[in-house]
Amino acid sequence: MIYFDNSATTMPDESVMETFLKAGTRYFANPSSLHTPGMEAERLIEKARAQIAGLIGAAQDEIIFTSGGTESNNLAIKGTAAFYKGRGRHIITTSIEHPSVYEACRDLEKEGFSITFVNPDKNGVVQKTDIEKSLTKETILVSVMHVNNETGALQPIKEISEMLLNHRAVFHVDNVQGFGKVPLSLNNTSIDLLSVSGHKLHGLNGTGFLYKRTGVNVAPLLSGGGQENGLRSGTENAAGIASLARAVRLLQNDNPDELRCITQFIREQLESRKWAVIHTPIQAAPHILNFSALGLKGEVLVHALEQEGIVVSTTSACSSKQNKPSRTLAAMNVSSEQAASAIRVSLSRYNTIEEAKQFIDALDRVIPVLAKKRNERT
Amino acid sequence: MNYDRILIRYGEMSTKGRNRSKFTNKMKSNIKRLLSDDRIQIEAQRDRMFIYLNGASFEKVKVNLADVSGIQSFSPVVKTSQELNEIKAAALELVKRSMSGKTTFKVETRRADKTFPLDTHALNHAIGGHVLRGTEQLTVDVRNPDITLVVEVRKEAVYLSCETYPGAGGLPAGAAGKAVLLLSGGLDSPVAGYMMMKRGVEIEAVHFFSPPYTSERAKQKVVDLADTLTKFGGNIRLHIVPFTHIQETIHKQVPENYTMTSTRRIMMRIADRIRQQTGSLALVTGESLGQVASQTMESMAAINDVTNTPVLRPLIASDKLDIMEIARKIGTHDISILPFEDCCTIFTPAAPKTRPKTEKVQFFESFLDFDPLIDQAIHDTEIIMLPKKATELDDLL
Repeated sequence: MIYFDNSATTMPDESVMETFLKAGTRYFANPSSLHTPGMEAERLIEKARAQIAGLIGAAQDEIIFTSGGTESNNLAIKGTAAFYKGRGRHIITTSIEHPSVYEACRDLEKEGFSITFVNPDKNGVVQKTDIEKSLTKETILVSVMHVNNETGALQPIKEISEMLLNHRAVFHVDNVQGFGKVPLSLNNTSIDLLSVSGHKLHGLNGTGFLYKRTGVNVAPLLSGGGQENGLRSGTENAAGIASLARAVRLLQNDNPDELRCITQFIREQLESRKWAVIHTPIQAAPHILNFSALGLKGEVLVHALEQEGIVVSTTSACSSKQNKPSRTLAAMNVSSEQAASAIRVSLSRYNTIEEAKQFIDALDRVIPVLAKKRNERT
Repeated sequence: MNYDRILIRYGEMSTKGRNRSKFTNKMKSNIKRLLSDDRIQIEAQRDRMFIYLNGASFEKVKVNLADVSGIQSFSPVVKTSQELNEIKAAALELVKRSMSGKTTFKVETRRADKTFPLDTHALNHAIGGHVLRGTEQLTVDVRNPDITLVVEVRKEAVYLSCETYPGAGGLPAGAAGKAVLLLSGGLDSPVAGYMMMKRGVEIEAVHFFSPPYTSERAKQKVVDLADTLTKFGGNIRLHIVPFTHIQETIHKQVPENYTMTSTRRIMMRIADRIRQQTGSLALVTGESLGQVASQTMESMAAINDVTNTPVLRPLIASDKLDIMEIARKIGTHDISILPFEDCCTIFTPAAPKTRPKTEKVQFFESFLDFDPLIDQAIHDTEIIMLPKKATELDDLL
């Protein structure tokens, strides 16, 4: 199987699984317990926290472990809104965010917050000036993703961060797709909150963290025993946390340029195919390529490719089951017909240029056949 | 372009005379141990030291070097051939790397190889011109430049450097002999240890542990503190002395307002015994005058009464806020403030004597023979060698 759906979930690294298994067996005690096994589990978690903090240039107490991207995003957005609602009730985000940001904002809208959803340009890139224009004295939160999960488009986080240096709004970056793929420094920026998910980086589902800059506050979503500095109650997932620390460490050996070579190869091939329209702009993360095979439903192509042993997806996994056209592509003014035929290829460290060649060959085999069948029907 | 070697300049050590090699050798072995990378080679010369990276990453080494006491400053060095174009290219890239926020530079050439076709002046000119052409906003200032690019032309190669990082100063750890540090787990004692290490003292740390009144976490905290201190250049042996029995005995025997004084006296006696055993010359405490009841002059006199050994108190005249500042800088602050009971906070009398009388405490203690208890405690002492070897946890993560 050629697995090209890494933006949905990556395959866990073998040694990450090993860490999970060992940690789960050996450090099973409740980290809050007073006894020695409890202390050892606590040490494991703190060591993992220190390791991750060191690797991303944060302080140890700036890392809050969560169950993944969705929880990190919810904690960032609802937590900020709840804590700072006394200052104002306006939030700025974009119309291309992941549902865990977008829907969280929609929920806040029902509670009386006003939300500005900034649209991207035709490349799927949000403009700093559009965010700047929306800023008011009431704005308490700006939330922009680093890498779009459907198109891979890179958002101008650095520019937005600089613009926000003199504004007191909290700045949240959903970095679930960008972490480990596109460098993003936390130092000398105004990034206050940053979401990361384990299963997008060869870690396990159910792991992730939220970076929270010292001095910035969020209200917890969960009531309970006050774990994670009171911000995320619930007995810590020690084994998951250990596996996450390992997954983050292993990212240091990755070379995203290799992914860039593969997506570049696919892009060049598709550019010479009459049936293809590429939605991913040039300024994009190295591992995602989104395109439409004109006139074919994306879903049909997904299944046809699967018969060829190649796994890709239509839009994002989270939206694809709902059978709605992609919100991101719609915001880019892609016609609904084209959006319905969109396919996302997303790579990881395990993919090779050979696989990309096989993918192109498969497309060349499958598409004429599908097109012919469609023409026979009409 | 990778850094080939690091040039280390000595601080106070350079004022040493005939015994200087003792200091440089100590520092060399401290660095060697701290970097623990087989590729790295170190050459100690009389007035400077070179670290040959042999492919190791400068960024990693930099972090460790900044903490090593005895280093005044250090600079990464790039090696090129004598080919002028190669020298120019390396010069430009080096300047670009350290350019942010800076506006002036100069080139300083040393031509050890007198056969090199260009003389110093011509070389300065050629390299400086190339850098000027390749950068914007940069001008030459030979008197007070923001960036000084040093170029050294030798027979075998040409060496360039333009960044200089400050070192920790002081003297190499271990060059001034050994002392026993009373390490509690609070904010002060690790800072006191650090100050002594900076003056070249090798540390044996002593911690008093009172299970079940104090927890495994409290002990772990002290291990972490001592481990943190090792990054300043020396190994530390941590002696964990079981203290429960002695504390209970004092509590039973000595009137309540004198238990604190008496407890400190016994600690001092035990620490002194460990000093003898380990060939150390002094005791070190984190006491700061007037900070708590045991740190008044009267208390110190009554406690110091048990030994003639020099008791060094590097923080005696420091303010708490200054101590906290150093603790933050050396990375012990966040460990120290973890809230666990230690042996000083249990059995604390409601109103300890701030002006204990030595004769009185001697009298109270005279009803008991502490020697066998002390013997037993020393016999049962656990010794932990730091820095820790990679643990199971490290392998896991």
